[in-house]
Amino acid sequence: MMRIPAKVNQAAAATVMALATLLTLAVLIFIVVFILEKGLPILSRTFLFSVPRDMGKAGGIFPTILATIILPLLAIALALPLGVGTAIYLTEYTRESRLTRIIRFGNDCLAGIPSIIFGLFGFLFFVTLLEMGWSLLSGGLTLALMILPTIIRTSEEAIKSVPTSYREVSFSLGATRWRTIQRVVLPNALPGILTGVMLGIGRSIGETAALIFTAGSSLRLPQSLFDSSRTMSVHFYILAREGLSTENAYGTAAVLILSVLSVNAVAYYLMHRYMKKNA
Amino acid sequence: MKSHNLREKGVQYLLTALAFSALFGLLLIALFILKEGLPFLTQVGLKDFIFAHDWEPQSGKFGIYPMIIASLWVTFGAMLIGAPLGIACAVFLTEFVPRPVMHTIKPMIELLAGIPSVIYGFIGVIVLAPLIRTHLGGPGLSLLAASIILGIMILPTIISISTDAINAVPNSYREGSRALGATRWQTVYMVVLKAARSGIISGVILGMGRAIGETMAVIMVAGNAVKVPGTALDSVRTLTANIALEMGYAVGLHRSALFATGVVLFIFIMLLNTLASAFVKQEIRRR
Amino acid sequence: MRRAFAVFAVVLFFVLIAACGNRRSSITVAGSTAFQPFAEKLADQFMTNRPTANIIVQGGGSAVGIQSTLSGTAQIGMADLVSLPEEAKVLQATEVARDGIAVVVHPSNRINDLTMDLLRRIFNGSIRNWRDLGGNDGVITVVSREAGSGTRISFEQIVGELVLTKEAIVQDSNGTIRETVANDPNAIGYLSHGLLNEKIKAVTIDGVACTNEAIQSNQYALARPIFLLTRGERLPDTQAFIDYILSAEGQQTIQSSGLIPVK
Repeated sequence: MMRIPAKVNQAAAATVMALATLLTLAVLIFIVVFILEKGLPILSRTFLFSVPRDMGKAGGIFPTILATIILPLLAIALALPLGVGTAIYLTEYTRESRLTRIIRFGNDCLAGIPSIIFGLFGFLFFVTLLEMGWSLLSGGLTLALMILPTIIRTSEEAIKSVPTSYREVSFSLGATRWRTIQRVVLPNALPGILTGVMLGIGRSIGETAALIFTAGSSLRLPQSLFDSSRTMSVHFYILAREGLSTENAYGTAAVLILSVLSVNAVAYYLMHRYMKKNA
Repeated sequence: MKSHNLREKGVQYLLTALAFSALFGLLLIALFILKEGLPFLTQVGLKDFIFAHDWEPQSGKFGIYPMIIASLWVTFGAMLIGAPLGIACAVFLTEFVPRPVMHTIKPMIELLAGIPSVIYGFIGVIVLAPLIRTHLGGPGLSLLAASIILGIMILPTIISISTDAINAVPNSYREGSRALGATRWQTVYMVVLKAARSGIISGVILGMGRAIGETMAVIMVAGNAVKVPGTALDSVRTLTANIALEMGYAVGLHRSALFATGVVLFIFIMLLNTLASAFVKQEIRRR
Repeated sequence: MRRAFAVFAVVLFFVLIAACGNRRSSITVAGSTAFQPFAEKLADQFMTNRPTANIIVQGGGSAVGIQSTLSGTAQIGMADLVSLPEEAKVLQATEVARDGIAVVVHPSNRINDLTMDLLRRIFNGSIRNWRDLGGNDGVITVVSREAGSGTRISFEQIVGELVLTKEAIVQDSNGTIRETVANDPNAIGYLSHGLLNEKIKAVTIDGVACTNEAIQSNQYALARPIFLLTRGERLPDTQAFIDYILSAEGQQTIQSSGLIPVK
């Protein structure tokens, strides 16, 4: 067999990889452009701020926007104290041990559980056992569990990257451990923690499977946390699947994509700025 | 001073309690899914459940073998598409283009990681399935369509983690290899990829976990027929799709069978997680 | 940080309230996805007449309708089965409408009529190509509902001795059946006749078209009743809502939206 010169080999490999990269980008950008192209013309103030009529065939998507804001915030309100608390414990209060390894493994496993399993659990536990019914609260609690691992991991990274010298200065000034955490560690870790928060919000906005089983799919404007409501993702899923209204489906998808992209952009910006600061 | 100490202690206890939240959540989930699924498994038997071919809940036939095979094929197909593309993309971005280019493209790909799965599924139904039906035949909603859509969905995960793993390979490795006369590609192929191997593999395993666990996109594009696929153009039903499709209508034994499907899925995921964390550990040990 | 704990405490408080069973006074209607759109419309009309009532309509399917009424999660269950299962015997069932099951194909399909026997052989997989029925050459894509669906159970019971082919594509709602059939020139499926539109074509069964008159006069065989289920004594709002559905105005709404009234 003829030996192919190394240079030719390299050129071939580079070309193949460049094509792969282009293909990846092209596909991902195609999806965004496809949706926005069909969806953006649908958007109007009435579409965004009026209530849906006839199961979403006509009218706007206001209740679903509201649910898409409330559910992630609810999930964050629950997961943030738990997640940051765990992260503080893991970084500031204990050394690497069997216990921390178990906690980390549990966290990794929780991160890997499919959303449908969260949905089943949320239905069994929150909806049925705790009698919360299909509600924003059941959905928020389920989402909180889903995003907890992300919050823990990003907070831990953030807290770890606060220089030890900061803590030493605080201790030497007579501050207690908790006071040091409050006054020195947490403020410095804040951007990193916020990155986790934004990633969690992004995941919550895109979630469907877990929410159908826990928050239900009512289209009415929720009056309290005990009311069932559907987010934009669930609404889009139902509109698209049932073929109720192609126009409203594209419109909803466009709002959905724009919100997820902007939330992720904020997360990325925070992360980037933060990394620069600590570099 | 005393109240200070008291508070310090209190905070420590509180944080210790919080630290177990994730673990507690995991155990709670496992407990509840098992509680609903186990009675079925003990009644029908695990072997009859996972090796029987017929799923006809109305006539009391509960076999999820076709779903297990379908889940494995769909995941394998997604890997076949996602892994080479993703790794090639990561290598290209880290080793073959100037840094600024990478710093523009990588964030773009990571932003796209947030596109909700229902939108991927929708594109699959509207664009991909008709293409497959007209050009390759079959109903279009198929194993192939599901694999392609999932392969695309997991690309951002694989690219992001692989890029980080490759970036973490010390530059001295590359310099050493180049000094010995290796070309850039030879260096990548023989040195960098080997050093970053376990990081890349854990990225791929995470992608696998995402693929096997995806529900909505798969329901939309796979067609959900209950059979062991003969070709890639056949319609299939995954474990996740089985649960989500029939949960709404299931009662009695049928409902328990769906929770038992959840138990099987749970076991698959835990195996993958253990595998992934083993690779990560190996990585840490080696550094 | 302190604020975060405060937020946490507040939310915990809410959780405890919920756990103690402090239920709102609204009425949840859950079940059959076939009747869900009609129930939503009826609930809207009912609530404009009676502003104090709060009716929440959920889908889920007939089985969920039965289960959630049994457990009390829903005050009214919706079920669209030819015969109700054993465990539903303790519930009060009120028939509020009848629904025809239309057999649908792609509009480009040349087939216009099928006999009950051909229907059975298509759905059990013994006839596999439209050519065998005088249509174009094309492998038939059978589209069915998922196991447990009221529409599927009724369809299989009425067609009789039907074991669905393993090749069948399965979709979990009337709307998705319609979309799938509309997108595939070789598909055949069945759905609630209220959801027929121009994207699909309904075939006649033994020469009888799926029309309101044919369903009401029992000429069209593929039809089933829709029940509302309640458990124990009905709340005033529950009773009023069911009365409203059975009233002339409610039945008129049912008819104009494509179901068959019972009165």
